[in-house]
Amino acid sequence: MKGDGKNEDCKGLNLDRRKFLKITGLSVAGLSFSSVFSFIPKGSFANQSKQKTSPSIRKWAMVINLAACAKRPNCSDCIDACNIVHNIPTLKTPKKEIKWIWKVPYVSAFPENIHLPVKNGLKGLPVMVLCNHCENPPCVKVCPTKATWKREDGIVMMDYHRCIGCRYCMAACPYGARSFNWFDPRLFLKTVYQDFPTRTKGVVEKCNFCEERVARGFLPACVEACKENAIVFGDLANADAEVSKILQERHCIVRKPHLGTEPKVFYII
Amino acid sequence: MMFDRLRIILGIIAFLVIALAPFWYGNLTGNIRSVPIIKPGTDAERCVENTLYMKSKHMDLLDNWKESVVRDGMRIHKTVEGRFYNKSLTGTCLGCHTNKAQFCDRCHDYTGVKPRCWDCHIELKDVLSSMNQP
Repeated sequence: MKGDGKNEDCKGLNLDRRKFLKITGLSVAGLSFSSVFSFIPKGSFANQSKQKTSPSIRKWAMVINLAACAKRPNCSDCIDACNIVHNIPTLKTPKKEIKWIWKVPYVSAFPENIHLPVKNGLKGLPVMVLCNHCENPPCVKVCPTKATWKREDGIVMMDYHRCIGCRYCMAACPYGARSFNWFDPRLFLKTVYQDFPTRTKGVVEKCNFCEERVARGFLPACVEACKENAIVFGDLANADAEVSKILQERHCIVRKPHLGTEPKVFYII
Repeated sequence: MMFDRLRIILGIIAFLVIALAPFWYGNLTGNIRSVPIIKPGTDAERCVENTLYMKSKHMDLLDNWKESVVRDGMRIHKTVEGRFYNKSLTGTCLGCHTNKAQFCDRCHDYTGVKPRCWDCHIELKDVLSSMNQP
């Protein structure tokens, strides 16, 4: 090969065949050596906990029966129960108040439905509204710190540790389901419920589908509190769940469907 | 050059004596008043992990708890020995260390640390509670 024209091209390398093979062999051995140690966990704690939320992925959803709810027009059991277990302060000013589940007039809840005939004069009655835990949540898209995100089971979560209080999510949410803490909420709490933290001044909060209760096998507080069983909570991924059956059998609507947020709070009208 | 050896050595000794004054003064007089006396507030033999680890790394443990509960929904802590704890500052930590002022605050004040845990997490015991800890 010496003196060959091809060798001229490889002059810069200055390697003979033997050396080249040695180096290649060592490089391959080196690469495989590093993968031998890959079983050692990196950053021990943080990575160990990266497991699925639940062994089988669920899809939490809620169905609210407006006719059943309307049987007790002045009832606020669900709101009260929610307020207690989540340490929600009582602030009367509409712009400052904190609300997770609250009442609005039918026409405000379903503005695109007002031309449809609805039985039993439901249109005149208030509707319970809460965070819809959208399949396609606009609040999550705008959050600059990932303080709000959608879990695998569909719950749109808030991480108050990360929230910087920019309120983009409040602007993005078409349902007004988010509230900002203008004050230290503890100043406006009558009782403190020990099993759930309060929030702090300067963070945005909203309904969490009682994630902390569901994780322990409890139903959401509003569902448990309703004497008319007007609120049903369950797993849409399970065809035998009550929510799935209701959605198959009854005519249900969601709020502002034209926005494409795909709410998971349904209403039987 | 070598004539200054004595002076240099004396200088170094003088420097060390002055620089380390807080240590030898404390040791000689047995009077280290400013170190806080921590009251664990519990007779339990062990904490979640061993005491040495908890002393130096409790903030890492809590940070990990915070992250894994909120972000990943992993609520149970398995210790090195295989015991299980609910990852809860109010429930688990304060369940034993009932007096936050004598346990957490004394040391945090001494070291000038201002953790913001208590802005949201609750230290009170005189509150409604119905849910069982798993």
